[in-house]
Amino acid sequence: MVSGLVSASAPPPKIEVSGLELYYGKKRAIHGISFEVKAHEIFAVIGPAQSGKSSLLRCLNRTIEFVPGAQIRGKIAVDGQDTARVKNVFELRRRIGMVAPLPVGLPLSIHDNVAFAPRAAGLRDPKKLEELVERCLRQAALWDEVKDRLHSLGTKLSGGQQQRLTIARALSHRPEILCLDEFSIAIDPVTTMRIEDVLKELRREMTIVLVTNLVQQARRLADRTLFLWNGEVVECDRNDVIFSEKPGNRKTYEYVNGTFG
Amino acid sequence: MTTFAETPFVRARKRNELFAKLVFGAMAALLVTPLLSIVAYLVIQGAPLLSLDFLVSNPSNGMRAGGIWSALLGTIYLVTLSLLIAAPIGVLAAVYLNEYAEDNWFTRVINLAVVNLAGVPSIVHALFGLGAFVLAAGIGRSVLAASLTLSIMTLPVIIASTKEALSSVPRAFREACWNVGATRWQTIRGIVLPNSVSGILTGVILQVSRSAGETAPVMFTGAIFFRPIPEGDPFAYSIFDQCMALSMHLFSVTTQVNGAPPALPYATAVVLLGTVLAVNATAIGLRVYLRSRKKW
Repeated sequence: MVSGLVSASAPPPKIEVSGLELYYGKKRAIHGISFEVKAHEIFAVIGPAQSGKSSLLRCLNRTIEFVPGAQIRGKIAVDGQDTARVKNVFELRRRIGMVAPLPVGLPLSIHDNVAFAPRAAGLRDPKKLEELVERCLRQAALWDEVKDRLHSLGTKLSGGQQQRLTIARALSHRPEILCLDEFSIAIDPVTTMRIEDVLKELRREMTIVLVTNLVQQARRLADRTLFLWNGEVVECDRNDVIFSEKPGNRKTYEYVNGTFG
Repeated sequence: MTTFAETPFVRARKRNELFAKLVFGAMAALLVTPLLSIVAYLVIQGAPLLSLDFLVSNPSNGMRAGGIWSALLGTIYLVTLSLLIAAPIGVLAAVYLNEYAEDNWFTRVINLAVVNLAGVPSIVHALFGLGAFVLAAGIGRSVLAASLTLSIMTLPVIIASTKEALSSVPRAFREACWNVGATRWQTIRGIVLPNSVSGILTGVILQVSRSAGETAPVMFTGAIFFRPIPEGDPFAYSIFDQCMALSMHLFSVTTQVNGAPPALPYATAVVLLGTVLAVNATAIGLRVYLRSRKKW
């Protein structure tokens, strides 16, 4: 970390994307987009399917490298550091918590699901692991439901519980950025509201990037919203502009008001 | 108004349904018939000779009397050693191909080689083993050379079945691990292998029956017509010795020996078949057990 060097000037944006292009083979999925995410804001990304939202998240933590044939151009910086040049990509991934659209309980116990990432990072002390597991499960609003069966299988939980387990796992490596990719598509509205409350709590500690199909969810939660369409940025602005009667782009108005898309 | 009455059209469809079920069922039942009749025939024909003594005594009187001890032990040696060689190589290669390898010409060549190797007839494997291990490598005809030949033969199938088992673990699990900063190896070690081990083991164990049954590869590379060993000593062979093998013994007593009692080949076949079926049953049992512990 070089934060000491740059503290004199304004802090760099938490995430800075400039001229990002993504190709799957010859097909271009993201057409050169640029935007910034500020520290401690909730930043929503909306747009229809195939607009490149999930691909964008994969680029952020460089798991796009696991997709055969994917190639990126342009630059992504986290805390002012070019992600393409970081030597320890595993630490970069730990800096960014990821929650996938469908809940993924790993075929391990509830405890081990949350302890997986710290263990992979080298933490062995069972006492510390236990504390960490409890803290993350509490943060994800799951602790009260599972505290008596931490050693039963995570995959046997209900969908909503598994999604909170996934969030607890994403929190277990103490990320500074939490990315959620359509976290509510597989869970009921009540659980969704519970998780949204969790997110409002978490923003005090971290920056949240929320990819969502639900325009209203972006309106409820986010400070700023990016509207992505076919791999291009239509508009990126504060919520009071995006969801106003006169956003910068006519398409945005039509999309958020449901006249198309 | 619609009624639920049975029209002639519905009756006809029901008849077709019944007919289809009977035909398909009969074909399925037909499959069991050969197996059951083979086993029954062998057991009946071999019954006069079958006893524990038959298993633990050497052939004697020019293969016309005695038991099959040295052949049984030889087969156990060959199968075990060949699996000890083929299983680690095959499983590790499959992990590489399924988990690490990118889709490029090198990987495609390997995959092509695996597929083609699986299609090579066993007699060709035998000639290759004779040329490569016995002669060129200078190992000579021995348990080791025969086991190496058998492992070349079983390797592609082990690779294919292991790959199959690995790819049955959902990709979402791997992505979840990568997202939290786990390396590929940590992902494989922590999630992929523990959840595919049943499939991997079954695939490996099923190769036992192939190794035990093949005659040609061992006949050229290490199996011998007759060799008495100390009865009841499980360590009677060295891996540099030539050995007897059940499959070859069966071939010999059927075609090369005059005056052997008619029950002898049948009793030998019962032991060979029994060994293979016992190993397969173990594989099925293991699979059922590990499946019951499946975690998603």
